[in-house]
Amino acid sequence: MTLDPILLRRGIPVSPSPYAVEAHGLVKTFGDNTAVDGVDLSIPRGGIYGVLGPNGAGKTTTIRMLATLLRPDAGEARVLGYDVYTEPKTIRENIALTGQFASLDEDLTGIENLILLGRLLGFSKQQARKRGRDLLEAFGLAEAADRQVKKYSGGMRRRLDIAGSLVVTPELMFLDEPTTGIDPRSRNQVWDIIRTLVAGGTTILLTTQYLEEADQLADRIAVIDHGRVIAEGTPGQLKSQVGAGALKVRVADPVQREEAAAVLERAVGGVVVREKDSAALSARLGEGASASPSLAALEEAGILVETFSFGQPSLDEVFLALTGKPAESEENDDAEPEIAEAAR
Amino acid sequence: MSQNTDTPPLSQEHRDLPTSGAKAGAAGSGAAAEQVSAAGISAVLLPTDQRPTPSGALSGSVTFGWRAMLKIKHIPMQLFDVTIFPIMMTVMFTLIFGGAMGAVVSGSGETGGAAITEYVQFFIPGIFVQTLIMITMYTGLTLNKDISKGIFDRFRSLPTWRPAQLVGALLGDQVRYTLAGTIILTVGFIVGFRPDGGVSGVLAGFALLLVFSFCLSWVWTMVSLLMPTEEAVMGVSMTLIFPLTFASNIFVPTATMPGWLQPVVDANPVSVLVTAVRELMDGTYDAASIGLVALYCLVLVAVFAPISMYLYNRKS
Repeated sequence: MTLDPILLRRGIPVSPSPYAVEAHGLVKTFGDNTAVDGVDLSIPRGGIYGVLGPNGAGKTTTIRMLATLLRPDAGEARVLGYDVYTEPKTIRENIALTGQFASLDEDLTGIENLILLGRLLGFSKQQARKRGRDLLEAFGLAEAADRQVKKYSGGMRRRLDIAGSLVVTPELMFLDEPTTGIDPRSRNQVWDIIRTLVAGGTTILLTTQYLEEADQLADRIAVIDHGRVIAEGTPGQLKSQVGAGALKVRVADPVQREEAAAVLERAVGGVVVREKDSAALSARLGEGASASPSLAALEEAGILVETFSFGQPSLDEVFLALTGKPAESEENDDAEPEIAEAAR
Repeated sequence: MSQNTDTPPLSQEHRDLPTSGAKAGAAGSGAAAEQVSAAGISAVLLPTDQRPTPSGALSGSVTFGWRAMLKIKHIPMQLFDVTIFPIMMTVMFTLIFGGAMGAVVSGSGETGGAAITEYVQFFIPGIFVQTLIMITMYTGLTLNKDISKGIFDRFRSLPTWRPAQLVGALLGDQVRYTLAGTIILTVGFIVGFRPDGGVSGVLAGFALLLVFSFCLSWVWTMVSLLMPTEEAVMGVSMTLIFPLTFASNIFVPTATMPGWLQPVVDANPVSVLVTAVRELMDGTYDAASIGLVALYCLVLVAVFAPISMYLYNRKS
């Protein structure tokens, strides 16, 4: 579908495609390292789409290809209906990128960063300054306007980074690990900002290595590992894909845990996991199994139970089931190649 | 296209925000400045139909040049190489080698004060070119460091004319070159440089050198995009700069060199440039040598600018 780019530039709302992103078989190789190995994505317009995966899984490389910073080695991709190979300029007019490493000039002040972006996006100097001041105020950075960004805290940097992506409102915003390395309070602020942007009509494509973040924010999630999408769906669908839920028990007295484990093993007929918490146990139930016999068995054995829950598995468990390794192993060093490539 | 036509609630919201911040600040809450409200953010979002047309080639390049100026403002230390280095080079070469070389250049065989004054007339235009060309190397170093940072990802994701990011950096460097050149000439006048071409001749030579430096910078731009680290850029640049500046007529006339070397040195673009700058400062205007410099400039840009852009666009 072709559309007059002049119309777009004038801002006449056009909707060339119901999809924000359609990608098929995207591949990117750096030397011997195949960072992205045939990624398929269909991201509808509106809402938040989460790309979840450990470090080095290929999330950043995928985003960089979609944001027209990297040319894919193979595959097809359309962003907002435009081809990444032939229409990169039109794509750039309608997207914004907030990179994993703050996309800001650390030597300049907050306001100078925003004026710079405003000028490049076509505002006059006065307009760019006013726009910058407005954004700084809305993002709670007015007092830090004339401070160099290198003196900002991690949370402030993130907010300025997002403000920089909103000098003009993008139709699609890429947020690469927006809360990695910032404190919980700032993380909550960033989450609120993201939700506000979506309410304003922007589509958000967000990568994260935090399962909680994807669960909290995303309408749909693609799980990426070793450069491939290994699962896709709503958080609920992903959880149910792993099978029935998990049974979680916490005994009142840790001394009774072993006894409780034995009782549970008999009742469930499966493996019981001893959690790090010395009073906690968990067990996976088979399809269609009921949890009530377990509770009855524990009571009968005279074991005092503090908490007893049965529900859908957490995304942590989903990740473990899908990749065969726990999400915690993210912190290891296989992150290095991707970061190094991204930084180059 | 003006964003001054923002919806009324926006300005309303904004009048409210600083007030609440100030109140909380007075109450001693350090977090006051960090207040972020959904309403405030919704209000500040620019309607998509108010997007301006992105900057073109010229305004984009000038904006990136402005960024380079801001960097100098915030990190004045980065002017060290364009201030101290030129003074050092000029004073050192004049006082240490000036006497001996003056004896040769003037043909009188005498050394000392008079010979130095004689040599200064020959040497100042040369060291002027030498120093500026050495400084152009820093363009590549700075760019290599700069491009590896997150900000360049953002720049490359903007709908601007892409070469503006490199052209702007080179334009910003012109200010550094001008500063360095002014310092060298000032030191030159102090040690006795009295060019026959007068102010207009000196300015013409200066302008020609700035144009050449801009064109030569594209070589360093390419090197900075090819090399993985700053150290590698430095190594490669030095390897190119030394033969380029020393195998030239900067320090001594070509006639003093072995016969087989003379044509090589004469063909060196730096020799051609130095000859043209000397002539301009001497007031002996020669269209042929200036034309040759212009030709070298064209070739440098025509070859290295497209290679740089190709590398820049494919930079991962």
